[in-house]
Amino acid sequence: MALFRGAGGEAPPSTGLRTGCRGETRDSQVFPGGAAGDAQPLRPDSPLAQPAEGGDILPLLVRGVRYEARGVALVDGLSLDLRAGGRTVLLGPNGAGKSLTLRLCHGLLRPHAGEVRWLGPDAARARDFQAMAFQRPVLLRRTALANVTYALSLKGIARPARRKLALRALERTGLLALAHRQARVLSAGEQQRLALARAWALRPRVLFLDEPTANLDPAACRAVEAIIEAVDAAGSKILMTTHDLGQARRMADEVLFMHRGRLLEQTPAAEFFERPRSDEARSFLRGELLQ
Amino acid sequence: MSCGIVRGMIAVRLMRRWAWTVLRSSVLVAAVLAASLPARVSPQAAGARYIVLASTTSTENSGLFAHILPRFTAKTGIAVRVVAKGTGQALRIARNGDADVVLVHHRSAEERFVAEGHGVERRDVMYNDFVLIGPAGDPAAIHGLRDAPGAFAQIAATGAPFVSRGDDSGTHRAEQRLWQLAGIDVREASGTWYRETGAGMGTTLNIAAAMGAYTLVDRGTWLSFKNRGDLRILVQGDRRLFNPYGVILVNPDKHPHVKAEEGRAFIDWLTGEEGQLAIASFRVDGQQAFFPNAR
Amino acid sequence: MSDSITAFGRAWALIAAADATLIEIILLTLRVSVSAVAVAAAAGLPLGGALALYRFPGRRAVVVALNALMGLPPVVVGLAVYLLLSRSGPLAPLGLLFTPAAMIIAQIVLVTPIVAALTQQVIEDLWEEYGEQLRSLGAGPGRAVFTLLRDARYSLLTAVLAGFGRAIAEVGAVLIVGGNIAHVTRVMTTAIALETSKGDLALALGLGLILIALSVSVNAMAYGIRDYARLRHG
Repeated sequence: MALFRGAGGEAPPSTGLRTGCRGETRDSQVFPGGAAGDAQPLRPDSPLAQPAEGGDILPLLVRGVRYEARGVALVDGLSLDLRAGGRTVLLGPNGAGKSLTLRLCHGLLRPHAGEVRWLGPDAARARDFQAMAFQRPVLLRRTALANVTYALSLKGIARPARRKLALRALERTGLLALAHRQARVLSAGEQQRLALARAWALRPRVLFLDEPTANLDPAACRAVEAIIEAVDAAGSKILMTTHDLGQARRMADEVLFMHRGRLLEQTPAAEFFERPRSDEARSFLRGELLQ
Repeated sequence: MSCGIVRGMIAVRLMRRWAWTVLRSSVLVAAVLAASLPARVSPQAAGARYIVLASTTSTENSGLFAHILPRFTAKTGIAVRVVAKGTGQALRIARNGDADVVLVHHRSAEERFVAEGHGVERRDVMYNDFVLIGPAGDPAAIHGLRDAPGAFAQIAATGAPFVSRGDDSGTHRAEQRLWQLAGIDVREASGTWYRETGAGMGTTLNIAAAMGAYTLVDRGTWLSFKNRGDLRILVQGDRRLFNPYGVILVNPDKHPHVKAEEGRAFIDWLTGEEGQLAIASFRVDGQQAFFPNAR
Repeated sequence: MSDSITAFGRAWALIAAADATLIEIILLTLRVSVSAVAVAAAAGLPLGGALALYRFPGRRAVVVALNALMGLPPVVVGLAVYLLLSRSGPLAPLGLLFTPAAMIIAQIVLVTPIVAALTQQVIEDLWEEYGEQLRSLGAGPGRAVFTLLRDARYSLLTAVLAGFGRAIAEVGAVLIVGGNIAHVTRVMTTAIALETSKGDLALALGLGLILIALSVSVNAMAYGIRDYARLRHG
């Protein structure tokens, strides 16, 4: 009878500086001062190389979704299909509804109209195979390692396996040396990497990322992008938002372009950046202010 | 980074962790210790044998109990735990069965208590007397009167402030009887010159001292009271100011848990030779505060 | 005026002489209040946390009631506990009236709403920050409550200290259920009330100064621990 309190209202507007990762070459050192194990190609036998057994939850079907706050529709008429594999980037100016769309897909928000449906054979357990990292990483007041094992314990993973998986995730994200440091005293970049390590340790089929590099300097930003690429390479579907066009160009296989709560196009990345279909996307790509 | 440095860092971290754990657990241990600390052993608390004595603030505050009870405990090994309230409240506590013995000072209430079957038998213990005190200025000009009701009437006539206990205590009831004898209905004056504190004797005296008001007080409490200001005894010696104390065992037939044996031992001692001598030997500022009168 | 000056002298003399009765009273005071606060925290922290996260019909009423209970009059609590524990009351067989246990019970009743209400506010604020992440990780409300309590532990120390302050400074309830029996249920506040009623205002004030010092040092210790831990845990 007790209802778990859901987040209400609107997602906080992003206030992060547009530092972006521009100017960085893709093959610059991934983790500044990185420890052993950084960004090595994953061995096929690594538990992180494969998503957890089962977990075929994709594709995701979104149809006619509307979400409103205080009577104002912030997302409306949203329909999209999310298929397995690759990196889909949600693009659009501030207030376009990108973050809300992520939360609606992830199930943190319930739409006021329309439906969000997982169509894969394991759809009934869809929640178990998703993870999300937020613009501002929310870390618990405990060690980096304990932050990861905590998330694993919530998935019902036994204690010895937890530690092993967590250490592996820290290793893959270059945080092994910081495993026993308090999470809250890490640098902003390290915190975001830890949030990604925690998400990755859960071996999600779909990883949602909300402006994962918005508050980071270029080096930290590159490190985060490298992790996202590695997660993708390990077989997880990525759905991320960004308002950084450079990042979108580097990361996207597919672009979802949103403007004023509506999805204007769902286009393969190459095509989107060459020949955007909508006027708004063209203006956006030219760096013009959109009303 | 060399192995030695790494090892050193790990050692430092381990030590810090250890120190933190020790700190945390010591706080916990301290809390548990504080919680489980036994009350410090003292003659009053030590024995498993004790009785609860519901009594009045006058006997406790004057220091009488501190003077006589250790003698009883030394002789019998029975500790006496005194709950000091007004007479009315003390009798109510006893009526609920929350005390084993009562020692109070309002004869008719005591007799009713026994008649209603709450107590076994009332015995005389001691007496002292009430005194009427007031500011040195004495606006009602009652100083030296021998007639207490007459003094009360004069206070009422001048409308000089009078502070009443107003708490259904023995002193309060004695005071009300004096107003009755003076033919004055103080209920009408309540809130004007007649002020009811609804508090114990000490609090009432503090208020009287602050207000420069008249009040009725038993001599024992008055003698031991320290914050007198310019209050002094103005009227005393009227036989109607007589203040007798009685002791009653709470009826074990009504309240089976009452420690009848220990309670009787206390009453026998108090009304016996030793107890009576102990009462007589109690002095406040060199003056005898209570006069034994057990038969 | 002179009373307040002599009060310092009296307080100092009592402390300097390590007066046995004073030490006994201080230890009993700490024992009663620490025990009461420990129990109140054990009950109030989860209760406040649960109230912050669970949604159920009548929740608002419970929250309002809880906040109102923070200002529960001690005398009423004392009277209620007295009636419960009295030999004529429902809990008569326990025989707890006029014992330290009765005082602990009364203080638990006084302190638990304070701890719970303050906890609820702290946890609700923290939930703003953690809510989405914890729900994303699949934490149910029960698990979330304990995670939040753990992460808010240094802020919650303030809630517990507020409860402790209330407990150690309270006189109305412990006077009624404890009876202010010398060497058995006499704590700092009832001793102060007694000395006041004896008209020994200097001694009463002196005891009051010692009580304040006691309260200040407990708080200083707790805040010291909190600040150190915050520095360490971020």
